[in-house]
Parts: sequence; C-alpha cells; structure tokens
Amino acid sequence: MRKLKEFIIEKLILLCGLASIFFVVLIFLFLLKEGLAVFKTVAPLKFILGKSWYPISDPPQLGILPLILGSLLVTLGAALISIPIGVACAVYIAEVAPQKIKEVLKSGIELLAAIPSVVLGFIGMVTLVPWVKNIFHLPTGLTALSGSVMLAFMAMPTIVSIAEDALYSVPKSYKEGALALGATHWQAIHRVILPAASSGIMAAVMLGIGRVIGETMAVMMITGNAAVMPNSILQPVRTLTATIAAEMGEAVVGSEHYFALFAIGIVLFVISFIVNVGADLFLHNKKQ
Amino acid sequence: MKKTVLTLLLSVCLFSSAAAAAKNSVKVKGSDTMVNLAQSWAEKYMEVKPAVFLAVTGGGSGTGLSSLISGTCDIAMSSREIKEKEIALAMQKGIAPYEIKVALDGLAVVVNRQNPVNKLTLEQLARIFTGEISNWKELGGADEKIVVLSREVNSGTHVYFKEHVLRRGNPQGKEEFAASALLLSSSQAIADEIAQNPGAIGYYGMGYISAKQKPVLVARDAKSEYEAPTIENVISGKYPISRPLFFYLNGKPQGMIKDFVDYCLSQEGQDIVLKTDFVPVNR
Repeated sequence: MRKLKEFIIEKLILLCGLASIFFVVLIFLFLLKEGLAVFKTVAPLKFILGKSWYPISDPPQLGILPLILGSLLVTLGAALISIPIGVACAVYIAEVAPQKIKEVLKSGIELLAAIPSVVLGFIGMVTLVPWVKNIFHLPTGLTALSGSVMLAFMAMPTIVSIAEDALYSVPKSYKEGALALGATHWQAIHRVILPAASSGIMAAVMLGIGRVIGETMAVMMITGNAAVMPNSILQPVRTLTATIAAEMGEAVVGSEHYFALFAIGIVLFVISFIVNVGADLFLHNKKQ
Repeated sequence: MKKTVLTLLLSVCLFSSAAAAAKNSVKVKGSDTMVNLAQSWAEKYMEVKPAVFLAVTGGGSGTGLSSLISGTCDIAMSSREIKEKEIALAMQKGIAPYEIKVALDGLAVVVNRQNPVNKLTLEQLARIFTGEISNWKELGGADEKIVVLSREVNSGTHVYFKEHVLRRGNPQGKEEFAASALLLSSSQAIADEIAQNPGAIGYYGMGYISAKQKPVLVARDAKSEYEAPTIENVISGKYPISRPLFFYLNGKPQGMIKDFVDYCLSQEGQDIVLKTDFVPVNR
C-alpha cells in the first residue's frame, strides 16, 4: 500500500516536471508553424537583413534588420548601465554593508523588481524623455538611450540579487585566508572573492540581459518606435518586442504580416534561448 | 465572518459578470478615434434601455475588424473602409460585413504652439510626412528639424492619412511614411509630445484638439483657400482632410443591434456626435 502511494506521487511529480517542458515544446512548435509560413513570400535572408519594415503596404516590405539592431542597441545600452552598478551594488551588499543597511538595501531592490514595467515606462515618458531631449539638444527625447536607462532599472534587481547570492556562497575561508595573508579588504574582494564568484556573476548578467531583451511595454512607450537603421543611441528605434505588441492587434489572421510577426517571435525566442543557455553554462561551470 | 463576506462578494461578482455575458450584451470594439463617441452613445442608450448591456472597447480599427471576423465582437468601429482582403477572410468564416456610416471626422494636423508655421498645403504635408522636407526652415519656420509623429499601423487614422494625404487618394501610390517617423500608440501620446516638442508635427481626429497644441490651416493646393479643421468646414466639405466613420456588423442589423444603430443615427444620437467633437452624417 505504501509502495503504491509512493509510486503514484512519484509519477505525479514526474508529470508536473515534464509539463513545463511539454508546454515549451508546444509553444515553440506553434511559433514555428505560424512563423515559417512567412518564408513562402520572403526569403529568410531578405527577412533578416532587409532594411525596410512597411508591413501593411502592398506588397508588404518585411525586413527586420532595423528592428533587430534596435533591440540590440537598447539592450547594449541597458547592459552598460546596469552591469557595473548592479555588480558593485551586489559587492556592497554582500561584503561591505553593515547588517542593518544590508536589510534595507535588499528589500529596496526587491521593491524595484516589483514595479510593473508599464509604470516605469510612464514615469520615463514624463520625466526622463524631456530630460534627455534637453540635455543632448535633440529633436525628440524618445530615443534608444531613454529606453536603455529605463530598462537598466528593470535589469538591476535580477543582476543584484543573483550576483549577491553568488558572492555570498564563496566560502568564508577564502576571504579569511586572504585577510590573514595581509590583504586589505578591497584586495580580498577584488583579487579573491570576485574571481571566485565570477561564473555566478556572469549568470546574473546574462539573466539580466535576458530580461531586457524580452521587455516590451516600457520600451514601446519611450523609444519612439521608428523603424530606422539606428546609427546612434540618441535616435529613436523600434524593437522586436514593441513591433509584435503594437501590430499584432491589427494583423489580419493568415496574412503575410501576421506570419511575419510570428517569425519575429522566433527570432526573439532564439536570442533569449542563446542568452539563457549562456547563463546556464556559466552556472554549470561554477559547480565543477 | 470574513469568509462569508468574501463568498458573498465573489458570488456577486460571478453573477454580475454572468449577467453581462448573457444574451442582452452587445460588444462594440475597434477604432480608438471612435471610442469616446461610442461610449457616450452606449451610456445614453443604456439609460433608456437598462436591459441592454453595451461593452465598448478600443484597440484600433484593424483590431475591431479582426474581432468581427473572428466573431468576438458584434459591432466593429472603424475609421477606415474595410479592405477587400478582410471581406474575403470574413466570408471564409461565414461572416458578411455590413457597413453603416455613423459620423464624419476631420483630421487635424497639429504643431507646437511656438511653431510660427500656420498653414500648409496637402502637397507640403505629403512631403513632410514622407521625409522629403526635414527642416521647418523650408516652410518658413525656424531652423529646426521636423519630428514627424504618426499613429501605429493598427490605427485607421494612420491608414487614412497615408492613403489620402501621402498618396493623395491614388490607390497605386507608393508613398510611405518616412522610416524616421515616430510611431506612437495613441492620439493622446501624440498630443502630449506635440505640446512639449517645438519641432514636432502630427495628426489626429478633431476631438483631440486642445489649447496645448496648434492646428494648422490646410489647403487642397497652393491656389485654394486655407481652411481650419472646424465642424462647419467639414460639413461643407471645405476642409480637405475629413473621413467617414463606420460601424461594421455581421449581416444586416437585427433586434438589439438594430435598435442601437438606429439610436446612433437618430437626431438624439447625432446630437451626441456633435457634442463629442465629431461631425453628424444626417444633415
């Protein structure tokens, strides 16, 4: 009787475990089925390297290079801002801050993660956008830079909390050994603890970037959504995610436009898959 | 005690939503331009006929039409005519789109209040929005880059402006919005950006004009009079950028839906059109 119970519970848990994989596979198959249909009308290379995106013209021009570059530019900007600040913040929390400040900082960062992205987008639109416009004397403040700054806020909590975990799990003896050998606190952090936690920190960075690439709402509100080839971070850009969100409602089901949006979904899926696998590899390295 | 209250609340919620989903509800969806108008109609109509529940939502003309095609709404609001492709698709799904013109709308072209440019011809507008003219200097304004604002492609206003201003009614036209045009997701977003950006130009329905922006006078060509986007000028046809607003139904209106549509087209309904800054059709 007990054995039977064990058996049933074991299988149930197995089923739950498989369910998530099953759903991912289903979603991916659906994306493929809907997305690949666009290549009946546009060659894959022309789709990815095409420079103009006029999906509702006749015939439609479906080139997503400006969108890919837009996404990458915003992500790169966000990474440049959030990684140094995020990692430094994690080091401070894990190694330097006294217990009290540590608690306050940690809950503050969790609070930052809890702000819905549409709210961040809205705040960015009324505060950051006019500010960017005036500081750089631009014709408009709806630029990739505004998006990057706002997204950096969104990536920060992920980076800080995972990097902090990684730093925390470095064995105490490393630090004590370094200090015993006469290293200063900073030398111990910089020469011993940071290298020891490096794979975990890389994973934190990757997951932060993954969050940024997939972000939609804030980006749609403050990057201007112009599908131009970006040549500066002070220009409006249109990202992959914003394109799907803005146009899916209109696309006639079964039209080239509709399929093209699913194909953009595949591109996004592939990008975030690569980023996540990267993060996983780093985490895996750490265990060995 | 708490639990009973919660259960009660929950059951009330369930019941009310069940009632809303019952036979007496009509779903109206589509053009953001028409949302306010349809909402006013729905409110007044439900005062007269409390048994009927009208749910009005926006999303864009394309969104409304695609939900009509997929059968998830009863009335699609559209600020552009239905496309042949959409009709074909609807027919495939056993839905016969039926068109009713419910109001007219003038499209205002707006600039920042500080901008010295007051009037433009349709040709100049086309050249601005396709990116051919990129500095206000060329139009007698300050030496400042023009920031072109447009609605997203799911907007009927976007499509109408492209077909009637950029391509000037020529269906074979190849003109497109400049790639550098900023695509904003609502008319309100355009209004906000215009209010704070001296170099911006954009367009939206007359209803959105406020004291924070300046509508420019528009002429058909250099020889015609420049006209302001006012209700009188749209009715008389003098203002060159005006368009019909439609309801699309599945087949001829019947029952509840017919009653509502008739109300919209009645004297009372058309008075509401005027009050929400649109232009009545029945004059």
